[in-house]
Amino acid sequence: MFEIFGIPSQALFGQLLIGLINGSFYALLSLGLAVIFGMLNIINFAHGAQYMLAAFTAYILLQTLGIGYWPSLIIAPIIVGIFGMIVERLFLQWLYKLDHLYGLLLTFGLALIVEGTARNFYGSAGLPYRVPDSLQGGQNLGFMFLPNYRAWVIAASLVVCFGTWFIIERTRLGAYLRAATENPTLVRAFGINVPRMITLTYGFGVALAALAGVMAAPIYNVSPQMGSELIIVVFAVVVIGGMGSILGAILTGFGLGIIEGLTKVFFPEASSTVIFVIMAIVLLVRPSGLFGRSV
Amino acid sequence: MQNPADIPVETVAETPRPAAGPIRSQSETVAFVVMMTIIVVAPFFTYPLFLMQVMCFALFACAFNLLIGYVGLLSFGHALFFGWASYLSAHAAKEWGLTPELAILTGTAAAAGLGLIAGIITIRRQGIYFAMITLALAQMMYFFALQAKFTGGEDGIQGVPRGKLFGLFDLSHPMAMYIVVAVIFTGGFMLIHRVVNSPFGEVLKAIRENEARAISLGYKTIRYKLLAFVLSATLAGLAGSTKAIVLQIASLTDVNWPMSGDVVLMTLVGGLGTIFGPIIGALVILTMQYKLAPVGEWVVVIQGVIFVACVLLFRRGIVGEVAHFFRIRL
Repeated sequence: MFEIFGIPSQALFGQLLIGLINGSFYALLSLGLAVIFGMLNIINFAHGAQYMLAAFTAYILLQTLGIGYWPSLIIAPIIVGIFGMIVERLFLQWLYKLDHLYGLLLTFGLALIVEGTARNFYGSAGLPYRVPDSLQGGQNLGFMFLPNYRAWVIAASLVVCFGTWFIIERTRLGAYLRAATENPTLVRAFGINVPRMITLTYGFGVALAALAGVMAAPIYNVSPQMGSELIIVVFAVVVIGGMGSILGAILTGFGLGIIEGLTKVFFPEASSTVIFVIMAIVLLVRPSGLFGRSV
Repeated sequence: MQNPADIPVETVAETPRPAAGPIRSQSETVAFVVMMTIIVVAPFFTYPLFLMQVMCFALFACAFNLLIGYVGLLSFGHALFFGWASYLSAHAAKEWGLTPELAILTGTAAAAGLGLIAGIITIRRQGIYFAMITLALAQMMYFFALQAKFTGGEDGIQGVPRGKLFGLFDLSHPMAMYIVVAVIFTGGFMLIHRVVNSPFGEVLKAIRENEARAISLGYKTIRYKLLAFVLSATLAGLAGSTKAIVLQIASLTDVNWPMSGDVVLMTLVGGLGTIFGPIIGALVILTMQYKLAPVGEWVVVIQGVIFVACVLLFRRGIVGEVAHFFRIRL
């Protein structure tokens, strides 16, 4: 046991770990938002609700069908992703030629519907979700105790984030996507089904949120308001990072999670507001965000 | 090849027809007279407390509409001004023992100050960024309200005395309070109407339609937008301060994000960018919240459905559709 700046190392590294965990979720969610925004020009306000929906899907799968964590990690994102694609076909596709604000308003309405429904059936109290047996316990690293499940969440979200970055920036499919973002009409002229690509992109972005939701279920309790609390912070993360770059979204997500964790150690009262304060400062200094292009 | 810029984009507030004739059109005058008559007659038919609440929220929605309807800026954080003004007004009346008009002024002034700070931070961004930033700032101030001592945390500030107006008129009588609220509401409404139809308002509309052009004509658009933002925040604060005195409570509900969502919904339902729309919207949404109070959380679901339906089916809102149908200005 030793101390850094008068803080016991256990506490410092413990908060850093929590910061990294939060950062993983910020990164996954802001990545999903960025992917969706790039393609649909819509800020998906329902992102938090879809994250919550996936956590509930995992919970329901376990309670009613006895389907455990690992299958849920695949099944829940698929279910919620399909839900997202249905939403896109039913509602969002009519908004592409309108002011972008309408997309925000409509997805805000969707978020209210999903959250209100969940609250009607499950109340506001959190429901516990067990950490899978294979990830019980943890490692003693000497300077801190690292629970296996938390290590897994950080590793998994890093892999998913960089996998997504790779697909979008380095593959042919990603090239189509980026081209369709720049000029959909021209890409269609090359014989690519852009509307279907948009639907799938939305489904993919939603599935990213859903994956985060399932991973979050054992850490935070499963509750109807888990999404709306998170999504506003993620909006601030997105504003800080700027919407222009995928890598920027990932880096800002993790970075801000760590800063938030450190604030919890040194100045606990400010831990819930530090990200918003950083956002205000960034906006004054660099209005288009750290990695953003000016809009 | 179609240039993306050529695709018709419907803006949030519909482009108004070229202004013809006098500033105050006949239809607006008629609607205004009808509204004043209702304000005078209504307390004899329904609960004054409910009507006062409607007027507070109507003023809040009108202030919000000033931004979205005439500058094209969607603020998703207007609860910040409403809620904090409500706290300060309640605090001034209860702890400092100020008379109600001074308490309301305190809250309103605080909202103006907050509006200036928030405006300086946000005003350079537009569209969805502006919406996200205002939402995030409001959430930050929500956390401050949660932690600050004087706000009473989860309990809020309860039992705010209505006091005596100018130290003379006892506002614990419902009709006295009603008259005060009606005067504040009408004054706020007329101020907004005046602003919208002033040369300043015309510049705002020009910025909404084409900001680059407005800049090229020599207007310092940032200053105009900032002034409009502060004005909107101030009037939202006036509504919040008054609400604290009327309902004798200021609580976390007033600063939290669902409150910002409520005011967006009211304005959307009534009609973005119409003068009377926010008032009708506030009336409709508050009536719905009262009638549906027994079904609990389903109210939220229904509000969500209304959001979706409004965006997909009637973006002009109730008043906007009526005005469009009869080809009049409302």
